[in-house]
Amino acid sequence: MSKILVLAEQQFGKLANATFSAIGAARQLAEKTGASYDIALAGQGIGGLAEQLGAYGAGTIYVLEDASLEKYTAQAYAQAFHSAAKASGATFVVAAATAIGKDCTPRVAARLGAGQASDVVAINGSGGALTYTRPMWAGNVLGEVKINTDIQVLTVRGSDFDAAEATGGSSAVEKIAAGVDAGSLRMTYVGLDAVESSRPALTDADVVISGGRGLKEASNFKLVEELADLLGGAVGATRAVVDAGWVPNDWQVGQTGKVVAPKLYIAVGISGAIQHLAGMKGSKTIVAINKDPEAPIFQVADYGLVADLFEVVPELTSKLKARAG
Amino acid sequence: MKILVTAKRVTDPDSKIVIKPDGSLDLDGVDFRMNYFCEIAVEEALRIQENLDDVEVVAVAIGDEEATKEVRTALAMGADRGILVECDEAKLDSDLVARILVKVVEEEEPDLIIMGKQAVDGDNNQVGQLLAEYLGWPQATFAYKVELEGETAAKVQREVDGGVETVHLTFPAVITTDLRLNEPRYASLPGIMKAKRKKLDVFEPDDFDIELEQKVEVVGYKAPPSRQAGVTVDSVDALLDKLANEAKVI
Repeated sequence: MSKILVLAEQQFGKLANATFSAIGAARQLAEKTGASYDIALAGQGIGGLAEQLGAYGAGTIYVLEDASLEKYTAQAYAQAFHSAAKASGATFVVAAATAIGKDCTPRVAARLGAGQASDVVAINGSGGALTYTRPMWAGNVLGEVKINTDIQVLTVRGSDFDAAEATGGSSAVEKIAAGVDAGSLRMTYVGLDAVESSRPALTDADVVISGGRGLKEASNFKLVEELADLLGGAVGATRAVVDAGWVPNDWQVGQTGKVVAPKLYIAVGISGAIQHLAGMKGSKTIVAINKDPEAPIFQVADYGLVADLFEVVPELTSKLKARAG
Repeated sequence: MKILVTAKRVTDPDSKIVIKPDGSLDLDGVDFRMNYFCEIAVEEALRIQENLDDVEVVAVAIGDEEATKEVRTALAMGADRGILVECDEAKLDSDLVARILVKVVEEEEPDLIIMGKQAVDGDNNQVGQLLAEYLGWPQATFAYKVELEGETAAKVQREVDGGVETVHLTFPAVITTDLRLNEPRYASLPGIMKAKRKKLDVFEPDDFDIELEQKVEVVGYKAPPSRQAGVTVDSVDALLDKLANEAKVI
């Protein structure tokens, strides 16, 4: 009987939303293989979160608590998740492809002697003949990969798997030894310089407004921010403007940044480099505003407005305000 | 102090990759260059070298004979010595690359390994983490700023979801680079001339007793679904009308 283990992600006592997408992927995998799934939760003082996860249809929630797990570090968490994989007898390990998931999961795979497929966007086949679709070459190519090891490890892209809804019921909660060898740890968490924002997270937002080089300078980004705030959306950016230091790195939408799939994506002054398109073309409705009619962004846009953004974005914002008010 | 850096050969991100009808990739006529994240790794190592006495920077690539060029590029940027582990790249996966690097590390015994967070062809983002785990070393992936504490430890700021995280590492350690860490230098002409005389050792996986058995195998490639271009609207009012009445998103 195969078993799936979902690696839950929590930081500062809060579960990451992406964890529920990972559970969604685990449910798909369970349907295809007849496996059941467990969830591993690591940290310190996290009993409440285990209760919260108990309503998501897992067989067992393995809770790993240890002083070394109070703050996330790759070394300690990989050891703890490895202990959970052993306890559950997992043949599949699934984590979200977040910063933490990307950082930690390969170490778990190494400990398990397992192959890993990163950034999986689709699970194909059934039973013992599964393959995984994952973007390569900055999303220009979709690779179909298979894993040849007895244990298969996946990180999954949140925007491609529906977040699992609670199904009620309650999973068994089992506290197990984290199995972290404190003497082996040579890294410590020092701190987080958090980007404070009242806006929704890029990867969760229903509306994303992104800006590119066409904005000409950093101060003009406020045009994008005003529009985003009016629509209750998140603000994104291209790699070029992140590189230029106009906006924080974690605003970057693209293959090397965040992959988003909101209901509405508005690209302002963005030409549409392949690597940017890879991060947003799953959006439901795409609007492009650019004065260059040849810009590649128009090839993926549902609605294109060829115009000077400095004229039409303020107009759009004020007319939206008028509609709202 | 010794720093090992990677110099992976990848397709030029500006080259178009064509998928053949049989699901394989057509790489004829595609340009190659060093993985940009590896260039950032080489640059970071050279900056450390400039700030400390007696730092040796060793550049390693794993791939076919052509990958010698990327090792030479790293040498031309300023690395001291090069290593190529020659093998058919199609037979590798992230795990094999990590296990070959473990052998190189056992030979070289570096204090620090700096490498790209991912290669821009496979986009796996695994090798640094796998290598660190196999070695039992700490890691700082997605580095944004590296501050050395002498030659034995570092504070690394990392790009994470929602901000920049700082971790403290005691060496030996693995650091993987993110975009904003630095702006890699170009190789100078004298640098290129000098690089030709620098030592470059070539090994094969056999030399390390590694069998090329893949844990993860690519069974096919396909193009991503194309998105139909939509309509052009001629005014903000027309756009608002479409968004409200057709797409129903506002």
